Amino acid sequence: MEEIERYRFDVVVIGAGGAGLRAAVEARANGKSAAILSKSLFGKAHTVMAEGGIAASMGNVNDRDNWQVHFGDTMRGGKFLNHYRMAELHAKEAPERVWELEAWGALFDRTKDGKISQRNFGGHEYPRLAHVGDRTGLEMIRTLQQRIVGLQQEDKKATGDYEAGLKVFAECSVTKIFMTGEGDDRRVSGVLAYWRPSGKFVLFESEAVILATGGVGKSFKVTSNSWEYTGDGHAMALESGGSLVNMEFLQFHPTGMVWPPSVKGILVTESVRGDGGVLTNSEGRRFMFDYIPAVFKDKYATTEEEADRWYTDPDNNKRPPELLPRDEVARAINSEVKAGRGSPHGGVFLDVSKRLPADVIKAKLPSMWHQFKELADVDITLEPMEVGPTCHYVMGGVEVDPDTQAAVGVTGLFAAGEVGGGLHGSNRLGGNSLSDLLVFGRRAGLYAAEYVDAAKAAGKTASVSEADLQEAIDWALAPFTNENGESPYAIQFDLQDTMNALVGIIRTASEVQEALTKIESLKVRMGNMKVVGGREYNPGWHLALDLPKQLLVSQCIALAALTREESRGGHTRDDFPEMSSEWRKVNLIERLDGDSVAIVRQPLPLMTAELATLFDTSELGKYMTQEEIDSLVQRTS
Amino acid sequence: MSSSLDIPPASSAVTRTKAKIGVRTLRTDKWWVMPLVTVIVLVSFIAYSTWRAFMNKYYFSEPLISPFYSPCLSDACPPEATLFGWTPFPSNMLGFTISPALFILVFPLGFRLTCYYYRKAYFRSFWQSPPACAVAEPHKKYTGETRFPLILNNSHRWFFYAGLVFNVILTYDALIAFRNADGAWGHMSVGTLVLLANAAFLWMYSLSCHSCRHAMGGRLKHFSKHPVRYKAWTWISKINPHHPRFAWISLFGVALADFYVYLVASDTITNFYFF
Amino acid sequence: MGYKAKFKIWRGDNGDGELVDYAVEVNEGEVVLDVLHRVQAEQANDLAIRWNCKAGKCGSCSAEVNGKPRLMCMTRMNTFEETDTITVTPLRAFPVIRDLVTDVSFNYEKAREVPAFSPPVGLKPGEFRMEQDDVQRSQEFRKCIECFLCQNTCHAVRDHEENKQYFAGPRVLMRVAELDMHPLDTLDRKKTAQDDLGLGYCNITKCCTEVCPEHIKITDNALIPLKERVADVKYDPVRWLGSKIGVRKSDNA
Repeated sequence: MEEIERYRFDVVVIGAGGAGLRAAVEARANGKSAAILSKSLFGKAHTVMAEGGIAASMGNVNDRDNWQVHFGDTMRGGKFLNHYRMAELHAKEAPERVWELEAWGALFDRTKDGKISQRNFGGHEYPRLAHVGDRTGLEMIRTLQQRIVGLQQEDKKATGDYEAGLKVFAECSVTKIFMTGEGDDRRVSGVLAYWRPSGKFVLFESEAVILATGGVGKSFKVTSNSWEYTGDGHAMALESGGSLVNMEFLQFHPTGMVWPPSVKGILVTESVRGDGGVLTNSEGRRFMFDYIPAVFKDKYATTEEEADRWYTDPDNNKRPPELLPRDEVARAINSEVKAGRGSPHGGVFLDVSKRLPADVIKAKLPSMWHQFKELADVDITLEPMEVGPTCHYVMGGVEVDPDTQAAVGVTGLFAAGEVGGGLHGSNRLGGNSLSDLLVFGRRAGLYAAEYVDAAKAAGKTASVSEADLQEAIDWALAPFTNENGESPYAIQFDLQDTMNALVGIIRTASEVQEALTKIESLKVRMGNMKVVGGREYNPGWHLALDLPKQLLVSQCIALAALTREESRGGHTRDDFPEMSSEWRKVNLIERLDGDSVAIVRQPLPLMTAELATLFDTSELGKYMTQEEIDSLVQRTS
Repeated sequence: MSSSLDIPPASSAVTRTKAKIGVRTLRTDKWWVMPLVTVIVLVSFIAYSTWRAFMNKYYFSEPLISPFYSPCLSDACPPEATLFGWTPFPSNMLGFTISPALFILVFPLGFRLTCYYYRKAYFRSFWQSPPACAVAEPHKKYTGETRFPLILNNSHRWFFYAGLVFNVILTYDALIAFRNADGAWGHMSVGTLVLLANAAFLWMYSLSCHSCRHAMGGRLKHFSKHPVRYKAWTWISKINPHHPRFAWISLFGVALADFYVYLVASDTITNFYFF
Repeated sequence: MGYKAKFKIWRGDNGDGELVDYAVEVNEGEVVLDVLHRVQAEQANDLAIRWNCKAGKCGSCSAEVNGKPRLMCMTRMNTFEETDTITVTPLRAFPVIRDLVTDVSFNYEKAREVPAFSPPVGLKPGEFRMEQDDVQRSQEFRKCIECFLCQNTCHAVRDHEENKQYFAGPRVLMRVAELDMHPLDTLDRKKTAQDDLGLGYCNITKCCTEVCPEHIKITDNALIPLKERVADVKYDPVRWLGSKIGVRKSDNA
């Protein structure tokens, strides 16, 4: 057996995006050593792609904003399928998390009185998104990265070693989470990872593991997600005995680039619409006015005149329907294209050129201007963009305790950020993901640290058996031993095609069923996958190790999509087009049962009566059964 | 897992080295054109200015004075060419005749030598360090501007201040060129325009300078507390990207202005008067 | 459209390698990275490429295309003639891991030598007040996606391995400038820049600016202003004297 690099840490954080870095900072703040494992280089995580901003009800631009309004918007956006407690914590803690970033060096755009400026975004009642132009995610990742470096400098001063408390393992992918103990004592003991550059294996023994691995979008053909988004955390949680919640809810961002083909799917930030951009079809009509759903009728403008007035006088006018939650806009674009009113390359037009002067566009949307100029040869200050839906975000995820982010069913495992489920319900509002990363990244780090203290106090130090280690290594090397298999690229390509076509933005039972059958056949093909070349930076091998996770998670998405017989947020069933109050009460929970995925219906916790008072009974009536409303009213009185 | 294939080992690399690509650059464009042109132009200018600076004549023809010789500070200068008769330098030293140009040229020369733009130009073209981006330089060792003499480039601001004094004098020269050869005001000739243009180009070159930008506001931490300096900085920041252009235009301008005065003073041409 | 393009791709590891020829299909609107992915999927499964976002936002896919340091995702194929042979090599300033992937840890080590942002003691999160005019300069530098093309192109280290110990490179010095211009940073960073991070090695030949995919004016807006700030404290006796005898107010006000 080759020599294995071994480390001991209190906490291993898998993923170096916003959630992972925030979790690591918090773990160290609580006296724990933490390893940060990242598939990419430090500072390249998918968080950099976030553009619009961080939602936090600081009330800097409109002082009517507060956490209650943010909470309400989040619940509405998620169609009340959110875990109310997560939504509550998120809305309450987001402002502190943003201010903290500023104290660590983030330079947000400013208001006239020197505070953090906030911008409008779809589904948010007030201007709420702290931002830096349209590169907020980059600012956040860089700030956290530099915060980690700052803490390492403090550790260096104290101990002489930069990496005494926090160590970043860049380009180091995790293949497995190890468990130890039986029955009630079963708990996390570490992870196996391999260095992408060298192909060497690394064993980490740790009491706690925090999943911050992001999403699943790379299983779809048209996506804004990078190669990293293969659902690693989701899959490893399942494999460790954890469960996933509501995996059918995928956000198709309404505005991805559609042309040229090589950039299809790349994100066009929602700020384009927040700052005045409008959506039109091939007939030049602002079609969003035709798609305001009943539940939002009294919140959105019904005439272009009123919608246009809103930009300058938001207190006395209703917002334009372009700023409806993302699921509504994505479905509307989809319908327009299907009805033959699309743009030449199969999208619709998003025009900001006729709405704002060129210099304002360049100042407010610099990277969009840059992106279209360089990738599509389109000058957005002169001509409209062509946009269409792209797979962007998974609302579902690892089932966690709302306060501690501890994964349900796996002691010592935590999940934060996109990989966690519950906060966003059936649809996430723009801007809520970055705040999610911060709020729950911090909580995961904090409670993981607490857990480590308790585990150590109870004498439960982590250790991984040699047998488990060897088994995991053998599994990871297996793809090299297939002599005549097929390329992992071909299998991934077929998976992306399948998911896009059959489990995409609009779903039907027969198609989703077909997808499940295809996934089974892909699993068979995967068993005979061939990797050529050596172990040193071999992307073919890396893909072969990610692919099983992708297939497992795709299966979960499809199975949940088949089970939920209603349309809500990021899950639209052509054969069940209505939203159902009965289904709202249901969380779909998936677990591994041997090799197969088991799905069960579990009740969604009903929000507290106190929180319910933030909504009109008539509004709750649009989502909840009379029985639920009665019980809430009863509890209040 | 039964197989006839061997599992490859992990990398055994302990230290890694750069890719051995062998050639100096793989650039396929004409990267050598710019440094070559720079060398040709600068060498021509140096040759011309040296020839003229040592010539010690044809630099004054009432009311025109060549910018190479202004201010004229030697006791050999024609009284009309001096600044209010101020001539602190002797025309002879240790038996050598010293051209008045030599007393003053160190200032504009120093300003341009330490200029952030010219540094790029000569480091690239003369010293080839580097000749163009991603083209290997020929030197074994490189210490940049960390030691003598190149550390002196940090004195750019002093030459900038001196340059301002020269700009005032050359502007004065242009203004007094609104006279005729007899000293009467209210006239204008081609020479007036030449000196005016020269002064204007020099002002633009000086004001767009990086040290100027720094002094006017760049060194501040809080623009918001210094609105006037912030305005100045903002304006300079707008012309600063054109500093290279002004550097070249003003260089040609000085040479052409001098050449015009030479032609007039040597009676090769007559200074044409508009009125 | 669609045509077969001729590519030469550097393949190898630990320094040794060669340019390997590939003929590969190119479609309308593609960038170099798309074409290399096609090579990877169809002809060389193990071709090592580092990439992430494919939208010019993460700075992972840095390489040299026809000798010019570029992001492969932002190098459009229609900037070449169909008859051109396109040569792609790894970054030349850093050790190669394999094929087009290099070990860029130099940049992270240098970044760690820059003292972190230090706000005034006692100023609590939520109490920070800064004017847009005052944060704008530093915001430009924070556009940096850390692609390290500037670090790779700067001849001070690209051509002189031995200088790596003295010179931190444009990206890192730009970070120092960013902090020195930060309205609420309290450290004086000028001497660090010159004495510890090697600002004097910069001879302002501007290649960092030329290759920056974010079009940050690294030289004009960060390095030269930083040199001027260093001159204030190190090479300007008048200012030095003025500050010693208290005639001169601090510019940190």
